[in-house]
Amino acid sequence: MKMKISYIMMAVLLTASFISCKKDNYAPPQSMFSGRLVYKGEPINVEVNQVPFQFFQFGFGKVGAINSTFDQDGKFSALLFDGDYKLTVPANQGPFLWKRTANGSQDSIAVKMAGSQSLDVEITPYYMIRNAVFTAADNKVTGTFNLEKVVTDVNAKNIERANLYINKTQFVSAGDYNIASAQLTAAQITSMTGITMTVGIPAISPTQNYIFARVGLKLAGVEDMIFSPVQRINF
Amino acid sequence: MKKILQLTMLLVLAGAAGCNDDKFLNKEPLSDLTTDEVFSSSPQVFSILANLYNRQVDIATVKSWMTMADFSESFVSDNGADQVAILRRTSWNYDSWNSWDYAYIRDINLFMERAEKATVLSEADKTRFLAEARFLRANYYFELVKRMGGVPLILKTLVYDYSGSAEYLQFPRAKEHEVYDFVISEAEAIKSLLPTDANQKGRATKAAALAMEARAALYAASIAKYGSSNTPQVTLPGNEVGIPASMAAGYYAKALTAAKEIISGSAGAYSLYNKKPNDLQENFASIFYDKGNNPESIWVEDFQLKTVKVHNFTIANQPRFGAEEEEGGRINPSLNLVQAFEKIDNTFAPIPVKDASGNPIYYDKQIDAFAGRDARLGGTVILPGSSFKLRPVDIWAGYQLPNGNILSGDDRGSQRPLPDGTTAQVVGFDGPIVGKEHTAQTGFYIRKYLDPAIGSGSRGTQSELPYIRYRYAEVLLNAAEAAFETGNVAEAAGYMNQVRARAGLVTPLKAADITFDRIVHERRVELAFEGHLLNDMKRWRLAHVVWDGERLTEAELLANIGKANKKSTQPYSLLPYKIYNPGQPNHNKWIYKVAISNLVTGSNRFRLGNYYSFINDDIRSRNPKIVRQPNQD
Repeated sequence: MKMKISYIMMAVLLTASFISCKKDNYAPPQSMFSGRLVYKGEPINVEVNQVPFQFFQFGFGKVGAINSTFDQDGKFSALLFDGDYKLTVPANQGPFLWKRTANGSQDSIAVKMAGSQSLDVEITPYYMIRNAVFTAADNKVTGTFNLEKVVTDVNAKNIERANLYINKTQFVSAGDYNIASAQLTAAQITSMTGITMTVGIPAISPTQNYIFARVGLKLAGVEDMIFSPVQRINF
Repeated sequence: MKKILQLTMLLVLAGAAGCNDDKFLNKEPLSDLTTDEVFSSSPQVFSILANLYNRQVDIATVKSWMTMADFSESFVSDNGADQVAILRRTSWNYDSWNSWDYAYIRDINLFMERAEKATVLSEADKTRFLAEARFLRANYYFELVKRMGGVPLILKTLVYDYSGSAEYLQFPRAKEHEVYDFVISEAEAIKSLLPTDANQKGRATKAAALAMEARAALYAASIAKYGSSNTPQVTLPGNEVGIPASMAAGYYAKALTAAKEIISGSAGAYSLYNKKPNDLQENFASIFYDKGNNPESIWVEDFQLKTVKVHNFTIANQPRFGAEEEEGGRINPSLNLVQAFEKIDNTFAPIPVKDASGNPIYYDKQIDAFAGRDARLGGTVILPGSSFKLRPVDIWAGYQLPNGNILSGDDRGSQRPLPDGTTAQVVGFDGPIVGKEHTAQTGFYIRKYLDPAIGSGSRGTQSELPYIRYRYAEVLLNAAEAAFETGNVAEAAGYMNQVRARAGLVTPLKAADITFDRIVHERRVELAFEGHLLNDMKRWRLAHVVWDGERLTEAELLANIGKANKKSTQPYSLLPYKIYNPGQPNHNKWIYKVAISNLVTGSNRFRLGNYYSFINDDIRSRNPKIVRQPNQD
């Protein structure tokens, strides 16, 4: 009998250890805030992981922002707790003009989270890349596109260079995300329409019969490039 | 029996109770010196000062070869993960090059406060020690402002009062120009307190203070000038980062005045090193290894054999073949740097590899490809066909056969059968072999700071070459830049031609030849691997242009040599091949091929947020008054 009591005690203790501390935990954030960068309804393409945005939550938690970056097609998403937030892009980031307040600092968008929602953020890019068409022939990719200067006031920027990037995966930009690129300097871009660039396709291992391509435009004095949509090309 | 025991116990106890006396219990510690003891004699105070000297930091130093190996000026011949990362990464972290050693600043402040009170020091000693401490503090603040922009200027020791709130110890960042102003004013204040002695290299002198002042003023001036025009977004509203453009002219003038004070000789007899005028390459290399009455070095971090203060730079970078240790060859200068050394006629050209119709150029001797160039090339880089410690290096990538195929090996000095059936060595004992660490994978080894003394390449001996922090040639180039920027091009040409003549470029540049490109170029080749490149590119706001993250094509590499904004994102190689074609005139001649190692997968990208290094979160959370750097979100 004595043995039995101790067994029961141990069983009770063991069970107790499995059901502890339920009350301490918060439910995880469940409201999805998503959207994309658009200019007059057209998506803005940027470099992946390079253009940041920030959420600030009112009256809760620590001082500081929730930092994240836009996807390469300009989409963004964040899983948030319900509450009041402000969304902004830090100064001098992105190939576009973000709205400013009267004293010159970056403006913000008030976001009230109560369940999931999506929002297209309207911004003004310095330039737009229009009608980008890519074709592959003779182991080369040729891209043709037009440029449109959107910002023409005092904030206007000059073109520094344009690059045609190709990559074997769907992420296409400078740095790690290209296997080959071609470049036109500002002096070589004489017309804003029918700009053509060609880049050779290097050997890809393991072999694949498709690549992804897009063109990027670098502006003087702006760190981030603006891109055309990624296109998959079979060859 | 029991009584005897009890009595003995009592006696023992009585004995134990004795001599309870302050003198016995209050022992002075034998292993530590108290503050009073340390400041009781001049040599002991000097030994503390030596510790403070030893804690200066440099962005590149002979104590760690990796600090010199970045920025596509060289390839790292090392397969370790950290080293290969230099070739693979596409951008620098925001916290690269940061420094925040306020413990060091506190120790300097503490030293000054205690030395001030010390009664035993002679007035002359005290003045000199205090001036040296101020010099070290100013030089470290200069180092901080280069890396971090404006930082809190703490000029006395801070003591916590245990009140529960440390808020009164939190200081905000000073404006960037305030830190530069501090460095300049300290230099002005201490220059007359420090000795005027050109033979004093390890300790601060008047010339060291002036050299620091000239460089600091020049940095501030160029940040003011180029920051506002090239990178207006690299600023903070409180000017913790960024200097107003209107201040540029004043700083350039200060830089010129300070540099001229050294050039005039009033700070000691400094001159360009020119003891070996018959061999200008050796002469240039000697600046860094001649420790006897070297008139060029102004302030150095000195090392001495048979002490703990030695360094292994020669061990890490000596030519691997016949080295004194089974290692070497870490830093391989890139073709990007090698071809930047101009020709004797003051023009820029790539290393001649192909003739006008695209055929390879055949050389009888390997070294001929580099003939007729700036002597600093051979003084900075060990070229194929040259020697180190009287031993020729064996750098060649393989045989080129008559059908155009390459016959090479995968180990140093590999032997393979040649087409005629004989077996012979088919690759140099110094490489280059892709992925074989310690070999000259770009076709070059570094020569600057290599110690030709016997034993310098062995781990048991190491090297005592000093690391030069300020030298006369840089003072001249600082003066040239300041004069150029203030519109006095003839004066600038005069300073620059002195430096160039020493390198064998005897045709002087005319005033009209001096351009911004020339200034940038001259500093790059004269001061290569001395820790200047990053700081120079930052202050000219060229770093994000030169390292823009785009791959460097061969055509881009070979074009526009000598231009300030020429990009250099990947280190290229120049591989020598021996021609195998018996019976033909070109048999055993040499050709060169421009190549890029397939280990170089990244391309350097300097982001705007890299201009000022990240201030760690823990620093900012302990002191909320510290504002963040710009462009690092």
